Amino acid sequence: MSQSYNRGLIEDFGRWKEFSAGMWAWIFHKFTGWMLIGYLFTHIAVLSTAIGAAAGDPAAIQQETDVYTTTIQGLESLFIIRVLEVGLLAVAVFHILNGLRLLMVDLGVGLSAQDKSFYASLVLTGIITIASVPTFMDGVTI
Amino acid sequence: MRGTESPQQERLKEKEQGLAQEEAVDESDLEGETVHLKVFRYDPEVEGKQEPRFDDFYVPFEKGMTVLDAVMYARDEFDSSLTFRHSCRQAVCGSDAFFVNGKQQLGCKTQISELKQPVRIEPLPHQEVVKDLVVDMDHFYDQMHAVEPYFQQEELPDGDLEEQRQSRENREKVKMSTRCIWCAACMSSCNIAAGDNEYLGPAAINKAYRFAMDEREDDEIKEHRLRIVEQEHGVWRCQTQFSCTDVCPKDIPLTEHIQELKREAVKKNLKFW
Ligand code: HEM
Ligand code: SF4
Ligand code: FES
Repeated sequence: MSQSYNRGLIEDFGRWKEFSAGMWAWIFHKFTGWMLIGYLFTHIAVLSTAIGAAAGDPAAIQQETDVYTTTIQGLESLFIIRVLEVGLLAVAVFHILNGLRLLMVDLGVGLSAQDKSFYASLVLTGIITIASVPTFMDGVTI
Repeated sequence: MRGTESPQQERLKEKEQGLAQEEAVDESDLEGETVHLKVFRYDPEVEGKQEPRFDDFYVPFEKGMTVLDAVMYARDEFDSSLTFRHSCRQAVCGSDAFFVNGKQQLGCKTQISELKQPVRIEPLPHQEVVKDLVVDMDHFYDQMHAVEPYFQQEELPDGDLEEQRQSRENREKVKMSTRCIWCAACMSSCNIAAGDNEYLGPAAINKAYRFAMDEREDDEIKEHRLRIVEQEHGVWRCQTQFSCTDVCPKDIPLTEHIQELKREAVKKNLKFW
């Protein structure tokens, strides 16, 4: 062949409007999986430093003036942290629901409903996330 | 009845019902109208076409007109240099898979009346474009041949000229997988194949399935076939996005077959007795 034209992969995300349900499910699953890993490490970082501090003076812990309690309370009083917590819940719920869907797909169960089960995961995630908002936002001042 | 049907049959039934609805689209709306086509053009040998562009064609609509009919009209009446592959015009030869309005479809199996206008017609994505709508199929054919797409059997039946008989059940099992017409629509739709040039791809894995599930082949040959598909760029690359299954013009449940081969491969490797 003399010459040919390689349209490359760049167009791929350019045609996101044409992505199918299964493609979105894959993208979201990857995204949420790696978000959870990212959270896991920040979580370990916060706790491993705070726990050391918590082992301090029992009297301070009693009065809630120890480093651990004040750090956590300080974080929890921030509006942005509450919002991020709602986001974390959404990410985890979607990952779990779609993870169950993928488990079924791997077992060859209900393959013809794979798109519907993806939409169901999305809707359920939305409902659970919205339902959680009052709990997460309780008592926070902006 | 639902419980007694295989997932394949269920899927087919649903698809047929969907099709029946689509056919109900009123074609008379388009009667006497012209159809607006936007066709991808590229030719490395012609100045002015070396940079890909889209050409507009306005083709008179006729009842039952397919995408292939429309581009043939455009070629015959407006621009004889418009290039695309076609042969059978009845979804048998696999020559004319195009990217029509953002989906891999056979030109000859896609009704113009079912498409939004302007109808955007491009060569298959993720394949090198040779000219206009023609893509380089070599890589796709290489992947097909990599799975040894032919019947293999050491022993011949006893009687002279006797057929290699297959049970009805076994024939049913492989029925859908035998339908592939090598059009490469599935390969073109697959995200993973786009990113991994060595991935066997849905069509080749389906072809491996067609023979691995054929009981007339010996166990050793089945094992050999599983060894081919379970390698690094084989079945495990599939991320179950179902893109291939969505576009296959022959309704082959490709993802289902890939998943079944994954399970077969696991079973083979877990088996220690
Ligand atoms: C009940 C809880 C969970 C379920 C049911 C679940 C399910 C799954 C499944 C089935 C996959 C494989 C997807 C595939 O077939 O390709 C997967 C991937 C993954 N999961 Fe989870 N998971 C859960 C919790 C978690 C948690 C807590 C984390 C992180 C700390 C996590 C991180 C990941 C990552 C990083 C991937 C790989 C994503 C990729 O493909 O790059 N998962 N999960
Ligand atoms: S499996 Fe379907 S889409 Fe893929 S090459 Fe064969 S007929 Fe075409
Ligand atoms: S022309 Fe043969 S498949 Fe369309």
